[in-house]
Amino acid sequence: MFDLLTAKFEDLFYKIRNKGKLSPNDLDSALREIKLALLEADVNFKVVKEFIENVKAKATGEKILESLTPYQHVIKIVNEEIIRMLGSSSGGISFASRGPTIIMTVGLHGSGKTSSVIKLANFLKTKFQKKVSVVAADVYRPAAVLQLEDMAKNIDVDVYSENNSDPVSISVRGVELFKKSGSDVIIIDTAGRLHIDENMMDEIANIRNKTTPHQIYLVLDAMTGQEAVNIASSFNLRVGCDGIILTKLDSDTRGGAALSVYYVVKKPVKFVSNGEKIEDFDIFYPDRIASRILGKGDILTLIEKAEKVVSEKEAKRIEEKIYRNELNFEDFVAQIRSLKKMGSIDKIFSMMPIVNKSKIFKKVNLDDSHLSHIEAIINSMTEDERRKPHIINGSRKKRIAKGSGNSVSEVNKLLEQFSKTKQMLKQFSGLKGKFNLPPGNF
Amino acid sequence: MQKLIKNLSYIWNKFKNDRKSFWDELEEQMVTSDISINTASRILEEVKDYVYRENINNLEKVKSSLKQQIIEILKCNGDSKLNISSRPPTVFLIVGVNGVGKTTSIAKLANMFKKNGKKVLISAADTYRSAAVEQLQYYAEILGMDMVYHQKFSDPGAVVYDSVEKAKARGTDLVIIDTAGRMQTSYNLMEELKKIKKVICRRIDREVDEILLVMDSTTGQNARNQAELFNNSLSLTGIILTKTDSTSKGGIVITIKNDLNIPIKLVTKGEKLEDICYFDPVRFTELIFS
Repeated sequence: MFDLLTAKFEDLFYKIRNKGKLSPNDLDSALREIKLALLEADVNFKVVKEFIENVKAKATGEKILESLTPYQHVIKIVNEEIIRMLGSSSGGISFASRGPTIIMTVGLHGSGKTSSVIKLANFLKTKFQKKVSVVAADVYRPAAVLQLEDMAKNIDVDVYSENNSDPVSISVRGVELFKKSGSDVIIIDTAGRLHIDENMMDEIANIRNKTTPHQIYLVLDAMTGQEAVNIASSFNLRVGCDGIILTKLDSDTRGGAALSVYYVVKKPVKFVSNGEKIEDFDIFYPDRIASRILGKGDILTLIEKAEKVVSEKEAKRIEEKIYRNELNFEDFVAQIRSLKKMGSIDKIFSMMPIVNKSKIFKKVNLDDSHLSHIEAIINSMTEDERRKPHIINGSRKKRIAKGSGNSVSEVNKLLEQFSKTKQMLKQFSGLKGKFNLPPGNF
Repeated sequence: MQKLIKNLSYIWNKFKNDRKSFWDELEEQMVTSDISINTASRILEEVKDYVYRENINNLEKVKSSLKQQIIEILKCNGDSKLNISSRPPTVFLIVGVNGVGKTTSIAKLANMFKKNGKKVLISAADTYRSAAVEQLQYYAEILGMDMVYHQKFSDPGAVVYDSVEKAKARGTDLVIIDTAGRMQTSYNLMEELKKIKKVICRRIDREVDEILLVMDSTTGQNARNQAELFNNSLSLTGIILTKTDSTSKGGIVITIKNDLNIPIKLVTKGEKLEDICYFDPVRFTELIFS
């Protein structure tokens, strides 16, 4: 869902990645790009404004870590701010300590309340083994009760409904009945309403007063635009919300509503609904979403991983060597080993925020088993050969091939690739700045 | 609908001192009305052009130039009215994502034509959602209209086939087809719509008279994706904008018309069957500037 925002970020960071230093002008134009990207992702403009101010203050105020380029530093800040925007607490539900947990869902027309009620009921039933019942309090939309009953039948959940009655009385009687019949969770499905419709808002306030739900969830369409924040604020103000159920996440929305609502209303997204099937429903994890926004270019994880396996000093030494074009097979095998510690090559590449990954992949063309092969070949070299690859002649090649169980042509290939890689790494060292990517990109 | 630009006169103060930040702020305001950045900057380019060319420094003139640009975009070259075939039955296919108000819009549309003395048949081709048929049936009954429906989960193509055949046999003027809500990104469901369209075309031996995308006016920038992908699959003839009694600014319609040139044909609000009218670009623009 956040793919487009991700693409925007990658694009933007690609533009500034080469800069050794960000001038105030660079920063300003980068921030304006970020601002428009967020606005176009439907993030609320007030949130965007604050977001940008925070990033700016941090980007200029904080000391840039030695190990990060200014570009990575900005990513780090943006990432931190996005996580802050989404809130740190995971979603999910807390059950009442005594008696049944009463849940009321509220929202605009067509936000997906009825489907969410059924999905939530099914979720609590299957994941928590709760006995769930549902009260049908939407008396306005034609066949709404029928829809609820029909869907509830499929998951074997009881529904309370009445003909020709008002939603408040139905809710009260429904909750009473299910309390007696020993339900663990009672969910009240209310009608869709506009947050500016005073009478209708009074109605749910009334239902709340008479049934005292433990949790009130606002059901919000993830495709909602700038209005999301006003909608959430109004419902929160009138009836109080404990959390959000974000629906229709299976669309290609950029999902800015999710970012904004927590930030402004301070009500967390608890659950997400993302498909036509009843099982398409899950607890919301803000940290997961944040890394999706920044995208596959999850540079921070990569930095953390690299820091763990390559000591700063070692990395510096290698970089020097790359720069002076003195890299030899000894360094190389050491790097292959540390690279292996970081995980599979695919994974490492997917974490790099490089825009034309496919292009580089083509050049690199390397899988994990290939690495072991290379290691074997290098292990069959003498110390001298590893340090000074240029001395490897025909007879040495034959010996190395035999020793490592490879053909001469494979040894040749390695040597050729090695010299190419040396050149490539030189480019990389410019591209990645002080990032010290272990030069296994071979 | 709410105002497009909240505090134009406040922003105006910047016009003299810091021209760039005036334009930037104007652009942001437009984007916060759910207009896309591309469209907003296109509009502003024109306005800027005018301001510099004519050396304008009057707020009202900037405002009216802005309005003019928007009207220009929203205006239809042809007729924005619905296409009625000279060889009845006329067929309208109604599509959209989940929860935008397709069924209610169909009831309103049917009511509108019925009041003009037309014989309308409703085709319940949403065989997926629970109680979708019953919801439509409720409206068909109070409006006293024919309706064709099959069992739940049956083939929507078959429902459509039967509907058109029945309409032909009975001399019905208009067939309105309700379809299940679907995400524009769902390949299979979009293919299903293409099939439905094919069935209609074969039965009436021409293009479908109207293929209307129903769109919730509170939708954000995703509205453009909706319109684009539905259009790619079906070649839409227009849009029905729903829930315009909400507080959203409906900037999406400007983007959709500008980027995809799909006309907005109808506007609805509220729950009453009468709350539907033809889209009027000038009135709409006045409304968001009022």
